Amino acid sequence: MRYLPKSPAEREQMLKAIGAKAIDDLFSTIPAEYRLTRDLDVPRQQGESEIVSYFKAAGQKNATDYASFLGAGCYRHYRPVVIDALVQRGEFLTSYTPYQAEITQGTLQAIFEFQTMIAELTGMDVANASMYDGSTGAAEAVLMAMRVTSRQKAVVASTVHPEYREVLQTYLRYRDLPTAEIGYVPDSGRVDLKALEADVTEETAAVLVQSPNFFGVIEDIPAIAEIAHKKGALLIVSIAEAVSLGVVRPPVEADIVSMEAQSFGVALSYGGPFCGVIAAKEQYLRQMPGRLAGQTVDGNGNRGFVLTLSTREQHIRREKATSNICTNQALVALMATIFLTVYGKEGIRELAEHNLAKAAYAAKTLSAQPGAKLLFKDSPRFHEFVLQTQEPAAQWSQRLLDEKIVGGLDLGRWYPELKNATLWCATEVTARETIDHAAKVLAAAPVEA
Amino acid sequence: MSSLGKVRPHQTQNEGLVFEKSAPGKRGYKLPPLDVPEVDAKAALGSAYREEKAGLPELSEIEIIRHFTRLSTWNYAIDLGMYPLGSCTMKYNPRVNEFVARIEGLADAHPYRPESLAQGVLEVIDLLQRCLIEITGMDTITLQPAAGAHGEFTGILLVRAWHESRGNARRKILIPDSAHGTNPATAAICGYQVENLKSNAQGGIDLEALERQVDEDTAALMLTNPSTLGVFENEIHKIADILHAKGALLYMDGANMNALVGKVRPGDFGVDVMHLNLHKTFSTPHGGGGPGSGPVACKKFLEPFLPTPVLTREQGSGNRDQKTNSELHWEYDRPQSVGRVRAFYGNTGMFIRALAYILANGPDGLRQTTEDAVLNANYIRKNLEDLYELPYKTPSMHEVVFSDKRQAVKGVKTGDIAKRLIDYGFHPYTVSFPLIVHGALMIEPTESESLEELDLFIDAMRSIAKEVEETPDLVKSAPHSTRVSRLDEVQAARKPILRWRPEAK
Repeated sequence: MRYLPKSPAEREQMLKAIGAKAIDDLFSTIPAEYRLTRDLDVPRQQGESEIVSYFKAAGQKNATDYASFLGAGCYRHYRPVVIDALVQRGEFLTSYTPYQAEITQGTLQAIFEFQTMIAELTGMDVANASMYDGSTGAAEAVLMAMRVTSRQKAVVASTVHPEYREVLQTYLRYRDLPTAEIGYVPDSGRVDLKALEADVTEETAAVLVQSPNFFGVIEDIPAIAEIAHKKGALLIVSIAEAVSLGVVRPPVEADIVSMEAQSFGVALSYGGPFCGVIAAKEQYLRQMPGRLAGQTVDGNGNRGFVLTLSTREQHIRREKATSNICTNQALVALMATIFLTVYGKEGIRELAEHNLAKAAYAAKTLSAQPGAKLLFKDSPRFHEFVLQTQEPAAQWSQRLLDEKIVGGLDLGRWYPELKNATLWCATEVTARETIDHAAKVLAAAPVEA
Repeated sequence: MSSLGKVRPHQTQNEGLVFEKSAPGKRGYKLPPLDVPEVDAKAALGSAYREEKAGLPELSEIEIIRHFTRLSTWNYAIDLGMYPLGSCTMKYNPRVNEFVARIEGLADAHPYRPESLAQGVLEVIDLLQRCLIEITGMDTITLQPAAGAHGEFTGILLVRAWHESRGNARRKILIPDSAHGTNPATAAICGYQVENLKSNAQGGIDLEALERQVDEDTAALMLTNPSTLGVFENEIHKIADILHAKGALLYMDGANMNALVGKVRPGDFGVDVMHLNLHKTFSTPHGGGGPGSGPVACKKFLEPFLPTPVLTREQGSGNRDQKTNSELHWEYDRPQSVGRVRAFYGNTGMFIRALAYILANGPDGLRQTTEDAVLNANYIRKNLEDLYELPYKTPSMHEVVFSDKRQAVKGVKTGDIAKRLIDYGFHPYTVSFPLIVHGALMIEPTESESLEELDLFIDAMRSIAKEVEETPDLVKSAPHSTRVSRLDEVQAARKPILRWRPEAK
């Protein structure tokens, strides 16, 4: 086996040194009746070229030459090539959690830089080293708010990503933490502030909203914060599209921000691995889940970095820890750090403006087709929008597929009240001609009597 | 410094924080010209417009390459040498894994694309699921959890949902005192009380204590097998029987699965539910702390409770589904499910890598891998047990745990020996874990080490033992060869500096 660096003679030599006659002597503590005496029924050992062929065939079977308007928590952005060049350096790729700070300063400094960039983007004081993804990060943020406030109720906007809300329900399943769901104003697609005001009480630990929300609409964060804070509840803002922060005002009124950083140079990869992160006001630091890198000095006064405040974590606190999280998404956070360094202060703004322009053009062009209408038209948006059509989505989406275009995502699955409504996303990689082409296909609806 | 020949000092470049390299007007990007009309962002967004740009750095591309390359050279890594971090299974991360995970059609697949356009990736997921079910001897699996601890969470949710379906969630989870910290933390977040189970004189499960502590209020035992001492619970079947007799379940933490693959299957020895760590046993890269992936495999009776969605195959292949023209589907309608534990379907990029590893090995390679991992650990044990205290003499599997008892007499602790190993060109072992061994040195070489590298490690450990006798201060003040010496962790925690700020320049 090509990954194993020993000759048969060396194995014999080692067994002899140990004083074992055969390798199975070393497995003698396993009761005989349980020992596997046959080969595992898995595919035979394959050469590298066979493995590559297998996965290439799988990739091709997936259909590669389709244009796409899908977003909904997973966004297509260009990935600068330096990202993969750098994260594939073995010193990053094949090291582990930097418990031994003297020989992991590279990873630790990169985490410190990541934490700084996230804090800068979100307008929060501090950020952690990463969470699994945006959905689990949002759930952990709610649990964090419960610890901070010692309260037992959460209010969640229905415009938060439906799958994030499902994950939250799973996390809260055995916590006796009731959640109230707040709807949206039909005209604006934004959180219903009146309903929110009625539902937030002195028992509310947290209000969780997403901005831009699942419809791509930017929420009125200052107004929501005021309602939450009036009752002493914390405001958690979930951000699924991190690139929005290049041009959208950061949610500085929030107490906790939970962000999905996939947009920062991370491949779609059929939904993962992505990179969640929690940022917060400094006063809530001790209740934060996850790892933190902090600056310190060595014996000679040199600047260095260590994992710190680990008394919050499971390996020290066990059942009293702030979370059970251990391994996080370090390498993906490094991708995001490199992405943000490539674009930098000016580039992230320019990139966000390109996204804004593409989506504005797509929204205008597609909604101009007969029978199509833009929902939540007057609300501020980033790069997603909801289109309502007279024709059922299944019909035109098949026509688009025939033209090798994946159209918007049908919202009926989560929002049955939005009939024939679909969520579209255009980013800097969406070509104008694709938008024009999609519009033509949309317009080609069979005329009804 | 030793004359053992493993390392020589070399220079590393100094490098400041990326923010300290920044200057206005430098750029590392160029966007193509906009092919649609520009939008006045301020007018479009109104009060939602960001007035002040985020304080991100501004660097040219060569500076970016140098910055992160320089940082990388400050890291130790498997690619450089042995990384015997016990319980973490720091094995070789094959490069073909990285290559195939980036193949077009897989890396750029959107999770909401129609299933008819996702059959390739679904087949990859399906094949990995079938391989892992076979390897564990379980009946069914979910790949959704993002890491080991997330898998534990999912597994205990399944346990709880099953008990609830029978009318009583039960109150407590038993956890051996040798367990990983994630186990009790997981039980707590699933709403269970944690009851400690004291290990017996061999470091294993004390059957009498277990019998006493398991009752009708016990939901499950969370067991790591082999244990964190690297010891196989040879009375595992009795453990399962004791639990099952009281209606409790056996959860297995699969962190140490690298000792078992191809030799014995948890499903055959009474485990009801377990998680795997693809980043340990199945070679996906550790990446400085993730991403991981923590599939949960279980017996048939737990299947209704698996997280949604579940991958299903249309019966009778060839007879494709009329509507979507697909064979593999995500099934969402699962009324007894514990719900989702993550958005989308899990860390798919890790599934691709793990499957590439399984294909590269085949059944013979997987078994040989396990045998080599166990051989390596026992070889180290044999060659160090005269100098380092072996608190438990039970046979070792894939890792060996010594204590610093003999060295502590000279005032040298396990953490000091670990730091000194750095000077010899190795990453330290896991320090001070498991908790049942005072001053533990937990060494897991994995199968990836050659005899030459193992001998160098043994020489280093023997040399350090000698230094402890002759020049203990040399060990206590190690490392001596790194860019930074021991860092002040107390200061870091007392006044946390968790981000750079311009004024700190």
